[in-house]
This record gives sequence, structure tokens and C-alpha cells, in this order.
Amino acid sequence: MHTETISPLPAKGRQLLVCRGTGCESQKANLIFGALKDEIFKAGLADDYKVKFTGCHGLCQMGPTVIVQPPGTFYCNVAPEDVAEIVKVDLVEGGKVDRLLFIDPQSKERVLTYHEMAYFNPQRRIVLRNCGFINPEDIDDYIEVGGYEGIRRALSLTPLEVIEEVKSSGLRGRGGGGFPTGTKWEFCNKSPGDQKYLICNADEGDPGAFMDRAVLEGDPHSVLEGMMIAGYAIGATKAYIYCRAEYPLAHERSLIAIDQATQRGYLGKGIFGSDFDFEIKVKLGAGAFVCGEETALMASIEGKRGMPMPRPPFPAVKGLFGKPTNINNVETFANIPVILTKGGDWFARVGTEKSKGTKVFALAGKINYSGLVEIPMGTSLRQIVDEIGGGIPNKRKFKAAQTGGPSGGCIPAEHFDIPMDYENLTQVGSIMGSGGLIVTDETTCMVDMAKFFLSFTQKESCGKCVQCRLGTKNMLETLTAISEGKATMEDLDLLLELAQDVKAGSLCGLGQTAPNPVLSTIRYFRDEYEAHILRKECPARVCRSLIKFQVNEAACTMCGSCFKACPVGAITWQKKQPAHIDKEKCIKCRSCILACKFHAID
Amino acid sequence: MLSDALKETLRGKIAQGEHPREHAVDVMLEIQKRCGYMSDEAMEEAATLLGMSPLELEELATFYDHIYREPVGKYVIRVCDSAVCWMHGHLSVVDHLTSLLGIGMGETTPDGLFTVLPVCCLGYCDRAPAMMINQRIFGQLTPEKIDRVIRRLREEASFDEAE
Repeated sequence: MHTETISPLPAKGRQLLVCRGTGCESQKANLIFGALKDEIFKAGLADDYKVKFTGCHGLCQMGPTVIVQPPGTFYCNVAPEDVAEIVKVDLVEGGKVDRLLFIDPQSKERVLTYHEMAYFNPQRRIVLRNCGFINPEDIDDYIEVGGYEGIRRALSLTPLEVIEEVKSSGLRGRGGGGFPTGTKWEFCNKSPGDQKYLICNADEGDPGAFMDRAVLEGDPHSVLEGMMIAGYAIGATKAYIYCRAEYPLAHERSLIAIDQATQRGYLGKGIFGSDFDFEIKVKLGAGAFVCGEETALMASIEGKRGMPMPRPPFPAVKGLFGKPTNINNVETFANIPVILTKGGDWFARVGTEKSKGTKVFALAGKINYSGLVEIPMGTSLRQIVDEIGGGIPNKRKFKAAQTGGPSGGCIPAEHFDIPMDYENLTQVGSIMGSGGLIVTDETTCMVDMAKFFLSFTQKESCGKCVQCRLGTKNMLETLTAISEGKATMEDLDLLLELAQDVKAGSLCGLGQTAPNPVLSTIRYFRDEYEAHILRKECPARVCRSLIKFQVNEAACTMCGSCFKACPVGAITWQKKQPAHIDKEKCIKCRSCILACKFHAID
Repeated sequence: MLSDALKETLRGKIAQGEHPREHAVDVMLEIQKRCGYMSDEAMEEAATLLGMSPLELEELATFYDHIYREPVGKYVIRVCDSAVCWMHGHLSVVDHLTSLLGIGMGETTPDGLFTVLPVCCLGYCDRAPAMMINQRIFGQLTPEKIDRVIRRLREEASFDEAE
């Protein structure tokens, strides 16, 4: 893995890094942290090793993890009971606790350090540069790795020079829109107004996206520093972080970071000896997906219902409390300090022609290693899924990847080699979105997936625009009819027509993009829709109304997997005999379908 | 209804904002922390503190999922119904949880301990399926894990009561 700042070791001794992100913390990482300190003390090594807790390193699925640094020994799935052994075998005797090392999915061999892991090796970490290596609750740890150098440099430049630097980096908004960040700042800088506001959008609600949570939990100071630089560039003295209520740890660590920065005088009046004043408040959301939309988010901060407003006027002209406002997302801000310290030209050398830098993807779904992956723009989907993510479990086949959540679309297997950047994703009918990357395999029904996303947007529609409120409902009814085998081919045309109406008649991004998952799945998987409509069949065996729950004896290999999987004893089977399902007892739970490797259940 | 001390805290909070209603949702969350939910009386008193009409506050209370206008359980269980959890058996989690507690989605157990609600995404997709109970997150749910968590919370609640 290539990280832009490597955590320097303290003059004396080595470090033990215990991940305490939300993932590992829920698996007793707090107890591991305490036990490590105790054991090291007992072994008389307290002066040689610093035990440090960190935010998320990305591979949450293998958590809780402990890294011995150097050399970077990566212990996975650690339990509090394992701690004594790690201290004895690794630290005292100089060996490795083999059973806790990561196993490479291809070679099946144990991997000694994270540098050699196929998961980390192809990654290029700019945004996540410190996540997993520094203590997010200690400002000195951030300073030690070069933190707050970016704002110092920014303050030695004029605001317009800072904007030029960001423009030359080619950085585009990471929240989904992909608008050039420097240009956005310039609009706000040039917009007349006595008071301007800056907002960090941490209302990450897109299903399948969790990179903003990880950044705020693992490296909150980099977000604060990015905000300071932006505030200076646009001339804002007041800023908000709008954090969703579902992220208690990200909220807490943001507050701690702000508190520490304020005590140091990094926030407040005349920061770093300049005449620039800057304060940041954290606003906690209260559960409304639409608040991630920027105009809705501002309404929510003002204490109103979080409903979108038509644009123009754009926030840069008339935003929060009617004043010029600039909104960027967490990941965008986390890039900024690096751009200021290393220069825009340096940043622009990473990525593709029009998409610069890296992108963090939240890899999830039918994949061996789900977690956070930061890759240079232009990395192929195949490399992300097969190499970094370790491929699809149970030797199943890749079917499609869904990006951009409910606003996005799917990338089918025929585009598996697509270089991931803004332009290419748009070209195949999806979007970059905020970075959720959901992998599906042959057991995923695309009609069902479209239905899922549409039921999501239908529930989250704020109800202001008729086309969004009622159109999504009609579309959902049609999709449900298809999934139940009750639709005709005319309904498919109606669905496409409704999709256009919803897109055209909605004010905000939520409504305008709500039909995308439907359009994109019809574009690439029309045959699946037709199978549901014409043959009354769900090829992936997901839509329950269309599953017969009977064994296809010609395909059955008589292995008995379904018999073992059935939770209600509805399946009878004997060796060398095909299985049989008793429809009276069957509860249609699909356990047998998931267990059967031969698609022998219709 | 609201104690004088609480009112004083809330007034302090409201005064920090540039505009009084800026803190409307925070005020309701704070009241819920003490009183569990926003009763009609609490709504009226909070509206007065914020310089809003009860109807204006009601508009907000009904918009945001985390504001409760009726009593909820000591433990509010939010089951993630987002894409990745849905792929990993979200429905069977809901089925198991609701049959274990004997209530439907959106309902509260008669002993006032548990309320089950859906949530659109907990951002915990790498450990799907997931749920959040008050401020704690539980991932990779199985029927056994759900049983264990609920049993532990019941014990915790009876312990709290004995205290």
C-alpha cells in the first residue's frame, strides 16, 4: 500500500496499533486495547512499545485487528484471549502468531505484513492516509504525521492563490456530483456578502457507502484542516459539519477533534497568527435521507423540514440563512490538506485525464473482503473486485456492480474491465456517486434489486414534487407486479415512460435520479425482466411468488445440501436419491436455493 | 411538565444559535433524552422556548425519524434495511426479531423495553446484516446473536430496575 504520510515511529520503541473503528469496536476492540496494555506492562515492555488505538484501516471484515509496527504484522480476527499469546510469541520471542495472520485468498498462504496483502498492496491512500495509523482522538498524532501543515501554507498565500492550487489539482467533488472543487470555491469567493458559511456534508446516507464515517472516525483532523483551508479560500468564518444521527462514533470524534483544535488555538480568533477567524460547529441530523441533498441539508440546519429548494439561486449566492455558502463532502475535504502540502500538480499526476486523484470505494455485497478501498482513478473494476476484494464467495460468477446507490446504476460483467472514473461510469449508465460499490452475483435478481432501490427512494421521497411522490409509487407497483409474474410487456413500456416523467418532474437529485436503477437494469438485463413477464420465472430464484420450490431431478446431484439447509424439515433425501420438497411444510425461506450449487431447485 | 432545570439548559442551548429555531431538533432530542418521547405538553413547552408555534414544531417532529411523538421502549432497535443488508438476509433478521419480541415493525413491547424501527442505512455494510440499539451497533446478525443480545438487554434492564 502506498500511503502519503507514513506514521513515523516514536524515537523510542515500536507501536501496537489496535483498530477501534465502529466495526472493530463492536467486536470487543476496547477489551483488546486494555488487555494489550496490561500484558505489555506485565512482560516489562511498557517502555519499548506504545499501544495506540486507531480508526479504521478498511478491512473491517477481518476485524478486530492488531498491527505490530514495524514491520507491519497484521493480526486479524483477534479476540481478547489472544492478546497474551501475541505479546509472548511476537514481542517477547520474536516469532509470529501464525493462526491470526491473514490468509491470501489466491495462494492460501499466510501473509506476514499488510504491505504484502493483495487487499492493501494495489491501493493508493491519500484520503485514508492516516486511517488505521494514528490515534483519531489525539491531535499530536495528527501533527506528528504532518497535520496542519496545509493550513499553514494556505495562510501564507492569498485566498485566490489557494483556489488556484485546488483548481490545478483537478479535484472534483466526492459527494457524487463531481463538480470541480476549486471552481465551486471560486463562485463562493466572488459572491458578495458580509457573512459566508462553509458546510461539510457528513450526512452519508447512500445505501452501501460508509467512507465518510470511516474518515471522521479515523482521521477527523484532516477534515477540520480541509475545512479551514476552504473557509480561508472562500472567506467564511463559520462552518458546520452536518453529521447523520446513525454515526454516533463519527459525531463524537468530530467533537473531540474540534475541542482539541480549539484548545490549541487552531480554531477560533486569528488562527496560526493570521487575522483569519474560523469556528466549526457540529450539527447532528435526526434521521432523514433527503438531508444529504445540499439545499435540504441547509434547510435542516436552519431548523426547518429538510426539503430541497429549486436552484438557482445556488448556495454560493444564497445559501445558509440566505448567505453565500459552500458545501463539500467529507472525502473532498480530506483531500485538501495533501493538495496544499504537496501541490496541485502533484495531485494531478494521480488518476486519469479528467478524473484526478483517488477514490475511496466502500466494497460490499457478494464479495470475499468487504471494506474500504482507495484506488487511483482509472483502476479497473476487475482489479477492485477480483484482486483487492478477493473475488466472489462460493465460486459464483460476477453479475454486476451497483454504484451510486439509489441514484446510480449497475455495471454488468461485459464492462468488467472499465477504468473507474467519472466519465466512464456515466458512459455505461451509472454514476460515481459517493462511492458505494455493491457487488452482485448470479444469485441476485436484477428486478428485485431495482425494486429494492425504488422502494428506498419511494420511502425517502420528501413528498414535495408530485412526480417523485406518486411516480415512484406507481413505478414500484409496476415492478412488484413484474416480480410476482402479474405484469405484461406493456407494463414494461409504462415503467420506462414513468421513469422519464419522474426524472423530468423532480426538483432535486433524489427524484431526478430515482429511476436510474430501474433504467440501468432494464438496459442491461432486459432478458431477466422478460423472463419474469413472459415465462413467469425468476432466473436467479429470488422472487418468491415465481419460485415453485420443487427439485429439478435432472439437475439434482443428490448431494443432500438442501436437506441439511432446510430449517423446517420440509426436505426428504437419502443417499443416491434426488431430494424432495414437501410443499405443505415449506416456508419458502430459500435456504435450499442458496445451499444448492447446481441450480436444481425451480 | 419540563423541569425548571431542563428549561434552563434548553434556554442556554437556544441562545447559542444565531436564530432560535436553529436548535429546534436539538431541543427535542435533549427532551427525549430525559423524557423518552415528545408528549403534547412537551411539544407546547418546547415551542414556547423556541419562539415557535406548536404546529411549526410539529412539522419538524413528524419529518425527522429520530423524534418520537409517542412513547418508545427503553431500547430502540433500528434494523438496517439498506441494499447490502437486504442482500444478506435482512428480511429473516426482521422476521426473527419481531417474532422473538412478539411485536411488528414500528411497535413497542408491552413491558416498554423494546421498540423496533427500520433505518435506511447504518453505513455498516461490511458487517451486514446490522442493527443499532440506542447508540450501539451490532453486525453480522444471526438468529443466535439476536437472541443473545436481547437476553442480555433484558438482564440489564432488570438489573437497572433493582438498582
